[in-house]
Amino acid sequence: MTNDTSTENAVSTDDEYMPSGEELEMSGGTPPRKAKHFWPSVKRLFGLMASEKMGLINVVALVVGSVVLTVIAPKVLGKAMDVVYSGIIGAQLPAGANIDDIISGARAEGRDDFADMLATADVVPGEGIDFTALGQIIIIVLLMYLVASMLMWAQGYILNALVMRVVYRLREDIERKINRLPLRYFDTRQRGDVMSRVTNDVDNIQQALQQAFSQLVQSALTIIGIGVMMFIVSWQLALLALIALPLSAIIAGIIGTRSQKLFKAQWKHTGEVNGHVEESFSGLDIVRAFGRDEVMLEEFDRRNESLYAASAGAQFVSGMIMPSMQFVSYLSYVLIAVAGGLKVATGQMTLGDATAFIQYSREFSQPISEMAGVANMLQSGVASAERTFELLDADEEDPDEVEQTLPPRTPGKVTFSEVSFRYDPQTPLIEKVSFTADPGHTVAIVGPTGAGKTTLVNLVMRFYEITGGRIILDGIDVRELSRADLRSHVGMVLQDAWLFEGTIAENIRYGRLDATDEEVIAAAQATMVDRFVRQLPDGYDTVIDADGGSVSAGERQLITIARAFLADPSLLILDEATSSVDTRTEVLVQQAMAALRTDRTSFVIAHRLSTIRDAHTILVMEDGAIVEHGSHDELLAAGGAYHRLYMSQFRGEDAEEHFTTEVLAETDADAVDIADTESPTNT
Amino acid sequence: MALLRLSLKYAKDYWLFIILVVILQLAATIAALYLPSLNARIIDEGVAKGDTDFIWSTGMTMLLVCFVQVVTAIAAIYFGARTGMGVGRDLRRAIYRQVDELSMLEVGKFGSATLITRNTNDVQQVQMLVLMTLNFMVSTPIMCIGGIIMALREDVGLSWLVWVAVPVLFVVVAILVYLLMPLFRRMQDQVDDINGVLREQITGIRVIRAFVREPFETDRYADANRALTETSVKVGNLFVLMFPAIMMILHLATAAVLWFGGHRVDAGQMEVGSLTAFLQYLLQILVAVMMGVFMMMMIPRAVVCAERIAEILDARTTMTIPEGVDELPRRGELEFRNVTFGYPGAEVPVLEGLNFTAEPGTTTAIIGSTGAGKSTIVNLIPRLIDPQIGEILIDGIPVSAFNRHQLARLIGLVPQKPYLFSGTIATNLRFGNEDATDEELWEALRVAQADDFVSEKEDQLEQGVAQGGTNYSGGQRQRLCIARALTVKPQIYVFDDSFSALDVATDSRLRAALSESTEEATVIVVAQRVSTIREADQIIVLEAGKIVGRGTHEELAESNPTYRAIVESQLTAEEVN
Repeated sequence: MTNDTSTENAVSTDDEYMPSGEELEMSGGTPPRKAKHFWPSVKRLFGLMASEKMGLINVVALVVGSVVLTVIAPKVLGKAMDVVYSGIIGAQLPAGANIDDIISGARAEGRDDFADMLATADVVPGEGIDFTALGQIIIIVLLMYLVASMLMWAQGYILNALVMRVVYRLREDIERKINRLPLRYFDTRQRGDVMSRVTNDVDNIQQALQQAFSQLVQSALTIIGIGVMMFIVSWQLALLALIALPLSAIIAGIIGTRSQKLFKAQWKHTGEVNGHVEESFSGLDIVRAFGRDEVMLEEFDRRNESLYAASAGAQFVSGMIMPSMQFVSYLSYVLIAVAGGLKVATGQMTLGDATAFIQYSREFSQPISEMAGVANMLQSGVASAERTFELLDADEEDPDEVEQTLPPRTPGKVTFSEVSFRYDPQTPLIEKVSFTADPGHTVAIVGPTGAGKTTLVNLVMRFYEITGGRIILDGIDVRELSRADLRSHVGMVLQDAWLFEGTIAENIRYGRLDATDEEVIAAAQATMVDRFVRQLPDGYDTVIDADGGSVSAGERQLITIARAFLADPSLLILDEATSSVDTRTEVLVQQAMAALRTDRTSFVIAHRLSTIRDAHTILVMEDGAIVEHGSHDELLAAGGAYHRLYMSQFRGEDAEEHFTTEVLAETDADAVDIADTESPTNT
Repeated sequence: MALLRLSLKYAKDYWLFIILVVILQLAATIAALYLPSLNARIIDEGVAKGDTDFIWSTGMTMLLVCFVQVVTAIAAIYFGARTGMGVGRDLRRAIYRQVDELSMLEVGKFGSATLITRNTNDVQQVQMLVLMTLNFMVSTPIMCIGGIIMALREDVGLSWLVWVAVPVLFVVVAILVYLLMPLFRRMQDQVDDINGVLREQITGIRVIRAFVREPFETDRYADANRALTETSVKVGNLFVLMFPAIMMILHLATAAVLWFGGHRVDAGQMEVGSLTAFLQYLLQILVAVMMGVFMMMMIPRAVVCAERIAEILDARTTMTIPEGVDELPRRGELEFRNVTFGYPGAEVPVLEGLNFTAEPGTTTAIIGSTGAGKSTIVNLIPRLIDPQIGEILIDGIPVSAFNRHQLARLIGLVPQKPYLFSGTIATNLRFGNEDATDEELWEALRVAQADDFVSEKEDQLEQGVAQGGTNYSGGQRQRLCIARALTVKPQIYVFDDSFSALDVATDSRLRAALSESTEEATVIVVAQRVSTIREADQIIVLEAGKIVGRGTHEELAESNPTYRAIVESQLTAEEVN
């Protein structure tokens, strides 16, 4: 195969490259999502505000008041114009003359238009501008505007507090919901998707409620109000002004669709550039070591160029909307100015009404273009709401049926009898598992990945509810206990060493919140944490951040052990780490886990021979069932699955015969290493 | 000032476009400003005198002006978009090239995550600011100045109203923005906080439930929620003040124009048409001022982004790439001669006075605990970093004499983190050798024990690989990375802890196949575990950047205390219970 084909391949995969949501987020926007069930979701969104009905009624009332005043004010202000205009005309006429005489005089001279105009204007010959009247009108108008502004402010103030209350409750509901959802919910979904439902989507809802709601009401009322006023002032001019309406709708439609398409292209290309940047920067050492710089650079330039073309297009077309809309509004302004001028000149209308009308026509276009924006915001808000509602509607864990309680300290005898578990009825994950763990004993669970080891211990915790059989803890069926009661008796140390963003002390204290500083330190000492913590400049106050720069992976693991130690549980579940931590820390982790296991019934998901050998009972699992159990020596002697597993770790050739899955081999890679390192001492 | 510097530098190439934008915006603004003046004449000369013909003809002129306005405005947008997006493209290109120039040491100082953000998100911010500036900020001063001139033309006596109204509006809006900005920032932080708590709740769900810490988490969340809600309410309350306040100022200005203008008209100092025109100009000026202030809100954010971009572009690289040598070495003997490497500013060097030679046809293993300097050695060989003192030589030629292509042909690196690139298996394998035939690829896969799972799938060599190779398991990725290095057919192989994810069966088969196909090559293996390197011809024991022992496994196990300590620590880890 030659060069050409390989570049062709590169191109074809590029086209398939789909930017992930996060990447799009990074590029400053996501394509608007559409709600699946728009109206039901809208209804439910409003349902969230049901408890705020009074507030909402107030808000609507205030908006109505404010809009009515704002809409009437220009008409009143037009009267001020009339006063000025009449004053001017009046000043030009001889004082004391009769206005009717002047009009008939004008007609006699053939100046019919002028006569008509005088007839409509309220002119007193010889008198200038009536400043008392003008002043009164201006004060009235200002008062109207002042009240309108205050009403507008008041509704905003009320709505803001109201929406924030609703959003606060929504966030609260979501958090509660997270705590009530079964683990399965999280296991079966992408973490990023759940995260974005509880964060971005809620932000989106907040925005939609805060802005879209009041603007929608306001814009709609304003459009109606101004429309009515325009018809009152002059129906002919109003019809003229209405021409602008379909015109702007058509322009918005054409440019809008076009720009949406172009924006989609821009998003796609942004994703491609970002993906390439991400990839080449994260793998920079490989790119260099393989002398791939130039090829990557060419590819970058190609994608960068396409992004430029796409985004320049998108920005241009979307940028056209504003001037085009403005053009329409200027157009109607000109039409109204001309038509209005003609009407005033012929006395069919006063100048004040004409200026009022011009103002109306200007204010008319603004809420229309706002409505377009609101519609977008609303659409994305409703889509977000729908996603959030999906989360809120998800099935919860069955409520506890508490019949029994455990004493603070319990011996820890665990019996599985015929325990079965399946997610969906077709595929059994655990089938009729029975065994007993005696108080203080260590039970090691071994087997290939996917055999159900983790599922088994999760059943003890009631992270999943069994679908058959019984799990009995010291004579009590665990289903008769509350989950909290059961879990507070079980300590758990997991492979992924989860710590929250806080100090080391806080993280250890997580095990028992009311522990004193001394107890925290004692737990740290018992689990080898104290030693390395004292070497840190901030000691126990060292903050563990998300990427955990200050402590290594092994040290994180130790802290989780200290946390479990402090909790002092009756029962213990340990999932041994497979990740290769550095050897010295690993010794510490082993010691700490050993300290933790003392005098407690322990379930250990084992990856190391050492644990397996010392365990009182070893459960060998395959395909959700226990195929063998017994002590190390017994099982070796039996020459069954365990024997094969054990031997395969010494002689690699056998491994694949019994455990063909790729993944299995990897999880057991550590055990493999052990086997290898041990052999020199054996020989 | 980075923003200004960057924009000036990168906008320079678009000077023609920018001048066009300014001219076109000027034309558009003048046209927009001309309309009220024409309208004034309709009133004064047409309406007041009853001259309908004049009204018609002026109306036609107005239409023409409208048309000019829309055409120039759209043209300005066109060039603005080209310029803004062009600046973005050029910035991205410059950053990408700059990163390509930097040594891995300098890249490491930034971290690839921030480099990615800077070349994507930060550039986006700067590019949007340039676009907005050209689309709106250019027209704002023109509108202001033009509006003032036109207003003064209509009537000088009323001009004081402009001097009062503009500053009042500016001050009111500026105060609100000034109050809002820190609140906005705090709100953003609190949004991050609350999302952080939620993220922890979801990632740590098993731990939280295991310890029954739901109430604790709920409290933590409630605190964050309360703080966020409080700030949001404050922000909202300021926000709802903004619009009514601005509207009130506009209405007050209107009233003032009517009142004072009325007096001037009455006194014959002004015509009534001028009065309406003046009013429109004043409103246009005020709207422009408002837009200007809002636009300025974008600046602080873009400034931060520009600074972060400038930081990369200003970074000086210490690594120069030579033309290369005329003929590539044939043997592949690798020598470290008195190599010392330390991070700038660090007290203790990572590697100190390293001397060793790796012969073709032999395997040299390097062992030591974390922090001993093993990865640094790996990075020095393909010249991802340069040593401060000493040289790394291939057949006696310093690695700094080769260009990147030549080094890539000489060295096959299998990294610790098995990273693959999006594409297909074939494109990934050909990463270091574009000309490899399909047969050669299959051969490499066979040696790397990866042929089975590649041939299993229908698409064979053409099956897709996701970014990072995440659609393959750790062990598969590791084997593909080995095959990638094999495809290069280099003189020197460097394996950096590259067998950790393999099971024993595969591992032993792989080693057998490898030793056959790398028989004549120089092989360097870096390892953490003794088991991986026992058969090496030469083992180099590294501690705190220095060689503390070299020899075979048996020799070292016998005599070297550090080596013994490593062996024992790995045994005690198992034997501790």
